[in-house]
Amino acid sequence: MTAELSAHGLRVEFTTRTGRVARALDGVDLRVRSGEVVALVGESGSGKTTLARALIGLARPVAGEVRWNGSRLDRSARALKALRRQVQLVLQDPSGALNPRQTVYESVAEGLRVHRLVSGSDKTEAELVAAALASAGLRPPESLFLRYPHELSGGQRQRVLIAGALAVQPQLLIADEPVSSLDASIRGEILALLLRLREELGLGVLVVTHDLGLAWNIADRIAVMYLGRVVESGPTEEVLTAPQHPYTQALLSVVPEIEELEPVVLRGEIPDPTRIPAGCRFHPRCPALASGEAEEVAESCRTVPLSVLSGEPDGHRSACHLVSAREGAVPASSTETEEVAP
Amino acid sequence: MSDASLLAIRDLHVTYATGDGPLPAVRGVDLTVERGQIVGVAGESGCGKSTLASTILRLQPSNATVSGTVLFDGRDVLTMRWGELRAVRWAGASIVFQGALHSLNPVHRIGDQISEPLRIHNPSLADRASRQRVGELLDQVGLDPQRARSYPHQLSGGQKQRVMIAMALACDPELVVADEPTTALDVMVQAQVLNVLSTLVRERGVGMMMISHDLSVLADLCDRITVMYAGRVVEEGPARRIFVEPLHPYSAALSAAFPRVGDPAARFAPSGLPGDPPQPWLLPGGCTFAPRCPRAAEVCLPAEPPLTSYGEERSAACVRIGEPDAPSVEPASGHVS
Repeated sequence: MTAELSAHGLRVEFTTRTGRVARALDGVDLRVRSGEVVALVGESGSGKTTLARALIGLARPVAGEVRWNGSRLDRSARALKALRRQVQLVLQDPSGALNPRQTVYESVAEGLRVHRLVSGSDKTEAELVAAALASAGLRPPESLFLRYPHELSGGQRQRVLIAGALAVQPQLLIADEPVSSLDASIRGEILALLLRLREELGLGVLVVTHDLGLAWNIADRIAVMYLGRVVESGPTEEVLTAPQHPYTQALLSVVPEIEELEPVVLRGEIPDPTRIPAGCRFHPRCPALASGEAEEVAESCRTVPLSVLSGEPDGHRSACHLVSAREGAVPASSTETEEVAP
Repeated sequence: MSDASLLAIRDLHVTYATGDGPLPAVRGVDLTVERGQIVGVAGESGCGKSTLASTILRLQPSNATVSGTVLFDGRDVLTMRWGELRAVRWAGASIVFQGALHSLNPVHRIGDQISEPLRIHNPSLADRASRQRVGELLDQVGLDPQRARSYPHQLSGGQKQRVMIAMALACDPELVVADEPTTALDVMVQAQVLNVLSTLVRERGVGMMMISHDLSVLADLCDRITVMYAGRVVEEGPARRIFVEPLHPYSAALSAAFPRVGDPAARFAPSGLPGDPPQPWLLPGGCTFAPRCPRAAEVCLPAEPPLTSYGEERSAACVRIGEPDAPSVEPASGHVS
């Protein structure tokens, strides 16, 4: 059975202490199915972690909805608990996410107990914990049962976290920066594990990251977020080798190992989400607008808001006035975009 | 300015005395930094790179035994008198520590924290002059001088990291040691911070030693790279070439860990290195990397391979270099950046 988790026009707002409203998610469509790896990339403050949290009901949307297998997620405790068995979150920083006073066994068994999975199974709790540890690549699993987190290496801790997620036999994993705190040598091992879980268990993975190399390593599709919106999405090969949006182009140009691109270092950081710029939200930092390359559409960039990009997993789309103007001029372009000038 | 190298570390050994017996963290490291040069030190957690950094300014913990020499501008930091050492710290050389984001004092304005070393080194400095200098320093790292009045919690991670760099520059050091300066930062902010650092080296001729586990960042920024494993140097050479055509299998693993976006060989094929680095009190005999090495053979087991020269500019510590399935020593292309 194919599982599917999707966001439709999702908006999440936070009120700051001074009473201003921060639009952390400002209309996002996204879809993740079992058996595929989707990367959600963007800078800190782009809303990618908020989206991950909203998808499993940890952040309450003010508009739009989350759908699980096509039906709207209701926010009753029972529905959320059922969803969280199917969709497991793997947090960043394995050192902080594991309880230092719990053994590996206790950490992994917790999910089994919460969801009462042992009584419905013909296996014992210890067998289920051992199976989860083994699928996360920790062998022999029994040797780790009584270890505490401080006795493990960083890579082992990350595997224990993944094992804890796998124990409840989910259909999707949401992994928030799964390797950013790990050493270079361990990084590849954990990414290979995610790919293997997709192969063997048919898991779907939504990986939240700012690392484009990671996306290139494992993702089928990629969605680039900026200030609460997806600004470009499509198959990883297309987005990363022929990026359309100036923001994606800038992100790619500063990845250290790409020599042939002149680095476009954007000034400053993502603006405050309580003050989202008018028109295209990227225009104050847009290198194409600053260089005059986007002169023909400059007026639209500053004043005309862009529509929400569709989350359907077909084609390569971007939310940019310049891209739509060029595609309008070259009708032969094969890419379908859903740009709408209001 | 003397003719001596800015920093010359020779045969440095650092051993910690622990309850479990002696723990050798650094085992015979040579490293040189010239003025106007950025030298990268690469390796994973526990390879001794941070111990190396703190020993440069004699900041190692009290249970450490140190031997060898650390010549700063020709003078040995390890044996110099306290007064001289104090002058070298900050004024001669400064360190941007790992996890610097958490080392700012949350209850002081950042301007006051940046001016602290200025006032310590020059107690007669007037308030106005110190404020002006803080403004200059903030401007140099790309922050608005008005930021001097902010508290750390009002700054983002990238801004805090820049404040740490501004502090390190306060007394015009000749050498800056940066320990994982961008690890916790986003790609875009990382690029901004790296720009600040390389501009400094270019414009002011300071020397820099930069520590990271990310070989791709080092390859981009550094002139030379030293790769460390289990407390020893396993490869040294021009930065770009170590990244593109590493000699040592460990450098090759680090290089492959960060894929080139667009490289078809890396699609759905993340590259890792199985196993963990050895515990310093349980070092394997022979080559310490052999237990994890994809190319390990009988010949690796008898003794730890010495660092051997390959051509004029490069050296590596592996007995299997040049054997049939070894990485090629001949440069594939003539470019050395």
